[in-house]
Amino acid sequence: MKKSMLAVTAIAAVGLLALAGCNKQGTSSTAGSSAAGSSTAGTSSTVTPSTEGKVLNIECWNNEFQGRFENFYPDFIKTVKEGDSSYDLLRDGTKVYFKITANDNNGYQNKLDADLKAQDSAAADDKVDMFLIEADYATKYTASDYALDVKGDIGLSDADVSNMYQYTKDIVTVDGKLKAVSWQATPGLYAYRRDLAKTVLGSDDPATVQAALADWTKFDAVAKTAHDKGIYMLSGYDDAYRVYSNNMAKPWVTNKVVHLDDQIKAWMKATKAYTDAGYNDKTSLWDAQWQKNQGPKGDKVFGYFYSTWGINFTLAGNSDPDKLGNVNDVTKSLYGDYAVCQGPASWYWGGSWLCAAKGTDNKALINKIMYTMTCSPAVANGITRITQDYTNNIPAMNAIAADTTYGSDFLGGQNHIALFKESAAKIDMKNACAYDQGCNEQMQNAMKDYFAGKTTSIADAMDAFKTALDAKYTGLTYDSSFDITTL
Amino acid sequence: MNIFKRTQKKHINYDKWGYIFLIPFFVGFLLFQFYPLFQTLRFSFFNYFEDQETFKTVGPTWCGWDNFSYLFGHSTTRHFYFFTLDLGKVKINDLLYYTINTILIWVEGFIPQIAVSLFLAVLFTDFRLNMKFQRFWKTVIYMPNLIMAAAIGMLFQMIFARSGPVINTLVDWGWLNEPFDIGTSTSWTHIVIAFLNFLMWFGNTTLLLMSGVMGIDESIYESAMLDGASSGVVFRKITMPLLKPIFVYVLITSMIGGIQLFDIAQIFTQTTGGSQASSYTLMMYLYSLISSKQNYGQAGALSFLMFIVTAALSMTVYQTTHPRVNVEKEQAKSYRKRMAEYANCPDTIAEKARNDKSQGALAQEGVR
Repeated sequence: MKKSMLAVTAIAAVGLLALAGCNKQGTSSTAGSSAAGSSTAGTSSTVTPSTEGKVLNIECWNNEFQGRFENFYPDFIKTVKEGDSSYDLLRDGTKVYFKITANDNNGYQNKLDADLKAQDSAAADDKVDMFLIEADYATKYTASDYALDVKGDIGLSDADVSNMYQYTKDIVTVDGKLKAVSWQATPGLYAYRRDLAKTVLGSDDPATVQAALADWTKFDAVAKTAHDKGIYMLSGYDDAYRVYSNNMAKPWVTNKVVHLDDQIKAWMKATKAYTDAGYNDKTSLWDAQWQKNQGPKGDKVFGYFYSTWGINFTLAGNSDPDKLGNVNDVTKSLYGDYAVCQGPASWYWGGSWLCAAKGTDNKALINKIMYTMTCSPAVANGITRITQDYTNNIPAMNAIAADTTYGSDFLGGQNHIALFKESAAKIDMKNACAYDQGCNEQMQNAMKDYFAGKTTSIADAMDAFKTALDAKYTGLTYDSSFDITTL
Repeated sequence: MNIFKRTQKKHINYDKWGYIFLIPFFVGFLLFQFYPLFQTLRFSFFNYFEDQETFKTVGPTWCGWDNFSYLFGHSTTRHFYFFTLDLGKVKINDLLYYTINTILIWVEGFIPQIAVSLFLAVLFTDFRLNMKFQRFWKTVIYMPNLIMAAAIGMLFQMIFARSGPVINTLVDWGWLNEPFDIGTSTSWTHIVIAFLNFLMWFGNTTLLLMSGVMGIDESIYESAMLDGASSGVVFRKITMPLLKPIFVYVLITSMIGGIQLFDIAQIFTQTTGGSQASSYTLMMYLYSLISSKQNYGQAGALSFLMFIVTAALSMTVYQTTHPRVNVEKEQAKSYRKRMAEYANCPDTIAEKARNDKSQGALAQEGVR
């Protein structure tokens, strides 16, 4: 009796934790309970449960999925401490271990590679059963045999995945086989400050602002107006990078040959012009000044390009460093003083997928987890309403987008899901490749000296880019697109 | 002489135990130091890496000097700056460039380090000054060394950030017109990294030099004082010459540490090496080759080159602190000199007779 009471208390505590970060919308508590209660197990499984192992190992790079799992997977009972580590106990007694290695400097990939290679010789309970992959290196794993076919091997049906955004399936489909599933879609938007929009454009209405920023020419014109009023249009060099890079015509690398896309050149040209004209504050992505600018104590920056997770997590956190909440005073906190619009181009940034690892002895459980976390409309609805994350279920998102009672406190009551919905439909990830992380990182680094005027030659910057990339990957060559002297 | 032989036989020979007790060290050395070192050298002649696209391991296949020629053949156009003064650009070999970066940062840190340490060491050991709270000060100057280099790098990255306290204060004082980003200046990045290195290691160097100064015979100082020598003369003519072995030791160990400069630069420049990669050190390059690129062949080649340089430096310190002196020869020389100088003293004659006799006996022993 006592134990069951404890379990109930634990579940209630977890539920409260999940609610702690959310806004005041009245629907959230009901959404949470319905998410936990109504989700059903996946469709017919090809594997009988009797052969199932009692340990499920999941490799990932942060605790994002673990949080989602513990809050929304109905069979989760509690987290049990076991020496230095801990596991999640499921109702049928299965232990779920989350093995977390940080992404930095390829750390996660190196660990995962080593574990996957040792998969055959590892004991059944030590084998990797599931692993997570990120957009920048997803194709590396889906192209390999280590990721199982989600439909053929794990047993999800076409109907199960029919509500997912097509691009989340395209990027992980290899030779007609779906190799991974995602619970989120990551469309990008432009988040702007309402008070500065009133100063620059005379209105903070998302529709009016969007009309003023609808393409790059208009965006540049607003940047000039903002500059005249002492406001930076963007914070730094890399802010608009993904808006260009995710619209590339070709992948970064094809058959080990690196290609410099026209979109990247356009980013170089635009950023150089912005820097020289003083339209940006010369910060770099993720640096201290960049983060500070997003809050009340930084320089005045009109807005930021951010995707789903960036708005609800990073920008919301930076906007209110003192945790004051919405105080309607832009000198103390910018919480509630941001709004989002589509911006000059549709784009995306990031995204995480679930893979089933070859050699797993938990196919039925993986089927259930994949179905619940990525296909179930109730869970998708719950995640979005509680965490404001954008989930990978088109009907569920459409319903929230149409819900006039739904709005984000951080965005001053705006229903950002409606905008994400528009943007998500346009995402095309067909040009993703295994080298994206290195290429994007090194391109941003290499161009910094050019923007800052430490070198006036674009050829020298490209030289530095090649050297930096050669220190990351073996055997790459560069095509003639890099032989540029002017932009 | 029979007696001598018998006693030797009666002794139990403990010599072998010395060797037996040394076995664990040698086994450990062979397994964990020599073997990896050998493998590193071996792999530097192999094409051996992880393919980042398919994560399949390529090799190892023999490739001769390919890895070395890659390292010596890869070059980049770099701009050189002295603060804001543009010194022009040159296409330079990467390995050479990273070596120059490493040496420059080391020199910029070592010169103030040795100067301050020497000054403090003399100050602390000066018996006329007899400084109070010595233990306290020694702890204080050693303290930065206890903090992890990575943590210091991160801390100072925040302190010297464009919106950080240092720059803000300078702007408030009017010393700077607008916030300045240290990361955009090659010289300032060098200086900050060198300063952090100085901060971390000057305490350690001070303690080493102090032990050297304290090892100098007090009576020499006293006699110098009686002769009326000034502190400057005492420092130049007594402290410095007698401190030389420790001084050289400090210099060489610092050089070896300088070659291995990694954490501070890596963290402070966020793995990029800063503007023009001017603070990209040899170790950062090695780290990138082994951890990101996972090219064991190229990393092996680079670490072997670094091993050779470090070994050469270690050899130098050994040669300097253990000068090749034939002790027996020197003793014989001074003996002969003494015998010649005091040839007519009764003591000398008696000593000579004694030695001749024993030498004769030894010679006879040798014949037998």
